[in-house]
Amino acid sequence: MSFQQNCCLVEMKNITKKFAGFHANDKVDFDVRPGEVHALLGENGAGKSTLMNVLCGLYFQEEGTISIENRIVELKNPKDAILNGIGMVHQHFMLVPSQTVWENMILGLDNIPQFLPKHRVIEKIKEISKKYGLHVDPEAKTWQLSIGEQQRVAILRVLYRQASVLILDEPTAVLTPQESKKLFQTVMQMRSEGHGIVFISHKLDEVMEFSDRITILRKGRKIATVETDSVTKQRLAEMMVGEKVAFSVDKPDMDPGKTVMEIDNISVLNDRGREAVRNISLELRQNEIIGVAGIAGNGQNELCEAIVGLRKPVSGKIYMFGKDLTSARPKAYISEGVRYIPADRKGTGLIPNMNINENAILKKYWQKPVSRGFRIDWRAVLDFAKAIVDKFHVDAPSMETPVRNLSGGNLQKLMLGRELKDEPNLLVAVHPTWGLDVAATTFVRETLLLERSRGASILFVSEDLSELVSISDRLAVIHGGEFMGMIDDPSSVDLETVGLMMAGTPASEIFPGGKS
Amino acid sequence: MIRGLKVEKRLYRPRWLSVLIPVSGMILALIASGFFMYLLGVSPLKAFKEVIYSALGSKYGISETIVKAVPLALAGIAVLLSFKMIIWNIGAEGQIVIGALATTAVVRYMFIDNPIVMFILMIMASCIAGGLWAAFAGYLKARWNVNEIITTLMLNYIAIHLMEHFIYGPWRDPASLGFPMTKPFPDAARLYQFADTRVHVGIIIAIILGLLFYWIFKNTRWGYEVRVIGENPRAADFAGINYVWNVVFVMFLSGAICGIAGMTEIAGLQGRLQSGFSGGFGYTAIIVAWLARLNPLSVLFVSFFMGILLVGGDTLQIVMRLPLSSTLVIQGLILFFLLGGEFFRRYRIKFITGKEQ
Repeated sequence: MSFQQNCCLVEMKNITKKFAGFHANDKVDFDVRPGEVHALLGENGAGKSTLMNVLCGLYFQEEGTISIENRIVELKNPKDAILNGIGMVHQHFMLVPSQTVWENMILGLDNIPQFLPKHRVIEKIKEISKKYGLHVDPEAKTWQLSIGEQQRVAILRVLYRQASVLILDEPTAVLTPQESKKLFQTVMQMRSEGHGIVFISHKLDEVMEFSDRITILRKGRKIATVETDSVTKQRLAEMMVGEKVAFSVDKPDMDPGKTVMEIDNISVLNDRGREAVRNISLELRQNEIIGVAGIAGNGQNELCEAIVGLRKPVSGKIYMFGKDLTSARPKAYISEGVRYIPADRKGTGLIPNMNINENAILKKYWQKPVSRGFRIDWRAVLDFAKAIVDKFHVDAPSMETPVRNLSGGNLQKLMLGRELKDEPNLLVAVHPTWGLDVAATTFVRETLLLERSRGASILFVSEDLSELVSISDRLAVIHGGEFMGMIDDPSSVDLETVGLMMAGTPASEIFPGGKS
Repeated sequence: MIRGLKVEKRLYRPRWLSVLIPVSGMILALIASGFFMYLLGVSPLKAFKEVIYSALGSKYGISETIVKAVPLALAGIAVLLSFKMIIWNIGAEGQIVIGALATTAVVRYMFIDNPIVMFILMIMASCIAGGLWAAFAGYLKARWNVNEIITTLMLNYIAIHLMEHFIYGPWRDPASLGFPMTKPFPDAARLYQFADTRVHVGIIIAIILGLLFYWIFKNTRWGYEVRVIGENPRAADFAGINYVWNVVFVMFLSGAICGIAGMTEIAGLQGRLQSGFSGGFGYTAIIVAWLARLNPLSVLFVSFFMGILLVGGDTLQIVMRLPLSSTLVIQGLILFFLLGGEFFRRYRIKFITGKEQ
């Protein structure tokens, strides 16, 4: 054998994976050594997830070999991969929503007795949770958990299977800085125990800080594998996109215009019937971006759903341009120019099995020119959808392509284009840059700022603090369904202060003088 | 060397597949049922010839095939509407019965000696009765998420027992010698039958509804809403589509069309309400809707095909002396291969090749 004995936990050689003639991976080499964090970097559609799906047995490569500890293996299904010590935490976590956390934990394991050893499983979950700081209620139903909590379950599941190679697909995308820090403590601990960790990311800062080696993919090809110490961020970005990209966005100074929506002391329940938002008041004004910072599952989703009319508050009032919309139907909100970019693109924002045309008119199908009387004019639809696709550079084989075949970035561009098509008065955007590559992220941020200049009011929920701080005009910090405070000048506040507020310290305690 | 199989979801579904798969399914079904007949000591070729000849070989045969196909087509379109929205209305049978009951009530209590007036009255009564019957289950589903499979199924039994109450009791024909049936309908309450056959106006209604809903799903706002709800209810919510109203409305339509099927069956064909008049076609309609892949136009063709199977099955019993159960086995085999083929339209099987290390 040409390589050193015991050099690698996993070695992938010459991997080629095609989808309908398109090379998702083209002769890619990749390896993971024991006790290292190996970052996999690349734009959307570069083939990172595909490569890792081959490694975890979901796809089978057309060409190339995989060896685990110098033994060539065939990973025909995820079970083979698990048996070979490979565990993956997917971007979409692949949990069974109707089952509890502990049931998800043992799903697909061998040697599970007929009578489920519930208490033993829960004990073990608690043990792992404690060790790695991944707190979650083992008896909660998975569908009731926030996206952040679900990720913890997915990570726990891999740890539960004692994987020697842990693949994390965009793990920090939905975490707060504190949560990410904890995650990396977990990762570092696993590294010191001799595990190999593959870490798929777009965030150059994280990659620079936490990885030992970096492999860069572009358009299905491997560009390079480098030692992290030997590169700069700028160089990485260039290898990723093949061109230089600006990291900062220009944000013109602007005074807020008139009030678009006034939220007066609303409380909102979550799916479990518990109070998820408590007595929140907020004024949303033109030409203003209000950021909402908070740890996943602290009421952000419920707040946003209340603001766009999908979830009725149990108390309090919502006024749009002075009109009481508290008990109005969601369509009334849409007619008033409220648009929404939900975090869950394929689950809520788009219809995966329908094509681009049909998805483009989701917020328009009852209005001219798309609709004539009770009919839909498909020629007008095509024009309408084409305009969105052109303006927002959605890259798709044809307008009849089902959107389930589009990459994450293109999905987001399509949804953004659709929601912005009618120049909304109010845009609620939740994690709009989640999982996007550098170019698409910049595009989304610039688009939001353009909307602000045009006169829209924007509520911007994100868990990327530096993004929030650089884009927002005001920053609200939410914890336990309540605002901990409103920061009027986000760029001047240090991240530690925001972190404290996210952890539940009200601004009044941090700034006793009463600032903000 | 093939060392393994792997099932993958198809990313693209080529057009030729939707022809090749049903055709090859049909061929396999014929081979399998031929083998079965061979085991029963019957010549398969002769049996198939007999089936085709009896169902399609004469004016009478074709008309009987159509007579069997019409209620299947109507009920198939009805359940398809709810299936499009992922609402499992398996209560077609009960809604058919309720439609027939309402028709009989109109004939009994509101009879006017004019066929056109009667036709309108009967259609309205059967639509409203069947529609409300189904909409009730729809409302429970939409408002409180009560499982519609259970409610629609249970409502079937209620409907059937309600009908038995009337035909064993107050509506029984004194001249029926104790059989559970009503008096024959007067002529003005009978539907027009074409050219000395038993084919009645129901066929026109079925064709119109098939075309109408095909067009509606393709070209209207409401059709789009229904498809969005069916594909992704959360996205429908997000687009401001009123889920509750749509579920209730679709269930109403579904029940109304079933009601029409019940009406045409008794006013067009049997001429009276009698126990077991529907013979379970409300359930067969579910298979029809799936074989047609929820396409209202295909439903028309699929139900004609089912008509051939039904008429052919009767013939096999009479001419080839096959027992009823064996004709059901043959029908089952054919459906098994056709429905099983659906799997290959959505998935493909990959052979993993290469040398063992």
